[in-house]
Amino acid sequence: MASNEEILAGLADIVNEETGLEADAVQLDKSFTDDLDIDSISMMTIVVNAEEKFDVKIPDEEVKNLKTVGDAVNYIAGAQA
Amino acid sequence: MTATLNQKPTNPGSRILGLGAFRGDVVVTNEDVCEWIDSSDEWIRQRTGIVTRRRASADVSLLDMAEGAAREALERAGIEAGQLGAVIVSTVTFPYATPSAAAALAERIGATPAPAFDISAACAGYCYGIAQGDSLVRSGTADYVLVIGAEKLSDVIDNHERTISFLLGDGAGAVVLGPSETPGVSPSVWGSDGAKWDTIGMTHSMLDLRDIAVAAENDPEGTALVAETEAKLWPTLRQDGQTVFRWAVWSMAKVAKQALEDAGITSEDLSAFIPHQANMRIIDEMVKQLKLPDTVAVGRDIADMGNTSAASIPLAMHRLLEEQPELSGGLALQIGFGAGLVFGAQVVRLP
Repeated sequence: MASNEEILAGLADIVNEETGLEADAVQLDKSFTDDLDIDSISMMTIVVNAEEKFDVKIPDEEVKNLKTVGDAVNYIAGAQA
Repeated sequence: MTATLNQKPTNPGSRILGLGAFRGDVVVTNEDVCEWIDSSDEWIRQRTGIVTRRRASADVSLLDMAEGAAREALERAGIEAGQLGAVIVSTVTFPYATPSAAAALAERIGATPAPAFDISAACAGYCYGIAQGDSLVRSGTADYVLVIGAEKLSDVIDNHERTISFLLGDGAGAVVLGPSETPGVSPSVWGSDGAKWDTIGMTHSMLDLRDIAVAAENDPEGTALVAETEAKLWPTLRQDGQTVFRWAVWSMAKVAKQALEDAGITSEDLSAFIPHQANMRIIDEMVKQLKLPDTVAVGRDIADMGNTSAASIPLAMHRLLEEQPELSGGLALQIGFGAGLVFGAQVVRLP
């Protein structure tokens, strides 16, 4: 099981791979759409890669609730528990 | 005394003998689209890869497009319409529930009395048609089968909505399948997922439209009608893009891999990959998931054509063969997926 710090670092890698954004830019309070400029299609790619990396399920209807990086970290941490 | 029934002699294989295409005559640019929805050329290109889409004029019908594609396919196959043992039209935009587009088309091209029927499998329709045609030829039920994907999607869109309409175009693609000593169509991997029935589809049913029409007749002033029908009168297409994208890429990559496995080949054996032209981002992501070698030509007709549903794969195949004639005779992996949800995939030998 990954700690919240590890989840954040893992997510940052995934975001970097999908968008080319520096991993440092991926902080808990950042909004995926407003701050990181990630569109809905890229978001889905990030979600599927996160599912694989952290061995969790993130249903489609949950994706729209993941507004910030922190939301995603919390969801993944909860889903792992 | 028990009578024995005759069976037709079977054919060892089927293959595509000829291919035809018809593209909508009107070029609709992203600038045109931005007159209808609040967007930009850059936004549309980035999210869809679409630069223009081709649509048919009001006086060009679905049957006109299907006929154009069919005649070219027959000519290239060197087959007379009278030799056809079946005519299959895959479409979701023929404006009559019955009779079928296929029966009208068979008569137009001179294929009567060939069996003729339509398939409703949206963007998987062409691959469903190939599955059917391949079975008909190999079983000996028909020697030559015309399979057509034809759509006039511009008849069922609302240009002012932004989930799907701006992606769509009009066109038709046709192939003639015939007997072959060696297999030219691999086993079809096809299926459905009705749990996602409402992720792509019409805003409302034809019965709703009938009820609105009845209400309008009883309401000559039109007040009740306006109050009652916030929805558009004419049903149009919508989709849940994010859910569809996820399904299209990750579930369909598995289907595509299965099709290669069932064909007994690997991606190294492919000359081309021709997925349904839904969105360039889906195509790019599928190429990545399938780890296709650089030597495989990828159908990317969507940039100029838009998404033409059942017509998109044969249209993309037609373009690849025009631009790279050396692909002829090579193997192509084709996969269609869409409203239903439904999917179908095969490996075919290119004509």
